[in-house]
Amino acid sequence: MSSSRITDEQINDLLTKLQAVLPEAHLRSTDRVSAAKVLQDTCNYIRSLHREVDDLSERLSELLANNDINSAQAAIIRSLLR
Amino acid sequence: MEPKSCSGDGNPSRNLHPSKPLMAANFLRCLSRIQQTATNSSVGSRSRRIRRAAYASMAYSAGHRRAWSWALLRKLRCRRVRPVILPRRPRIARPQVVIEIDRAEVLRKLVPGGTGMDYCRLLEETADYIRCLATQVRLMQTVTDSISS
Repeated sequence: MSSSRITDEQINDLLTKLQAVLPEAHLRSTDRVSAAKVLQDTCNYIRSLHREVDDLSERLSELLANNDINSAQAAIIRSLLR
Repeated sequence: MEPKSCSGDGNPSRNLHPSKPLMAANFLRCLSRIQQTATNSSVGSRSRRIRRAAYASMAYSAGHRRAWSWALLRKLRCRRVRPVILPRRPRIARPQVVIEIDRAEVLRKLVPGGTGMDYCRLLEETADYIRCLATQVRLMQTVTDSISS
C-alpha cells in the first residue's frame, strides 16, 4: 500500500478476505461486511482452533503411549493424500 | 468423523494451506522423535511437546514469508532458523477508525506477532494464520484417526 491514507475500500476488501477463511463463509454475502462482526468471529474461531490443538495434542499423547507411530505412518500418509 | 468439506464451501482444499505435505512431513517426524525420546514421560509432558511440535512444524512450513510464523519461531526459540532481515513495509499512520482498532486489540494478542503490525497487515496475517492453523488441526485429526483405527 503506497498511499499514505488507507481507504475504507481497502479495509473492506481485507475484511472480506478474512471472512472467507472463517467457517460457514459461503453463508455470508460478500457485500459490505461488518468489521466488528468479522473481528469477533475471527477471535472466536482462533480461540477454538487453539483449543483443538490442545485437545488433539493430549489425545495424540495418549495414543503414542500404546501405538507405534512408525508402523502407522503408511496408513497416515495414505489418509493425508486422499 | 467430520466430513472432509468441513470448511463449508464444498471444496475441501480451498481453505487449506498450500504447504500441507510439508507440514505433515515435519509434524510426523516430530511425533516419531517424541515417541522415541519420551516413552517414559507423563501424558501431560508428552502432550506439551506434541503441542509445541504442532506450532513449530506449522511455522517452519510457512517459514520467513509471514510475520506470524517468524514471531512463532522466535517465541519457540527454534535454533535452526537463520536470522533474516524481513522486508519492512513503511509504517502507515493508523486511520481514525476507533471501533475497529479497539476490537483489533484482542485479535493482536491471538495472532503471533500481532502487536507489532498496522491494521491492514494484521488482517492479512490473520487470514494466513487461520488457514495454516486450520490445516494443522485437520492434519492432527487425520493422524489421530489413523492411529486409533
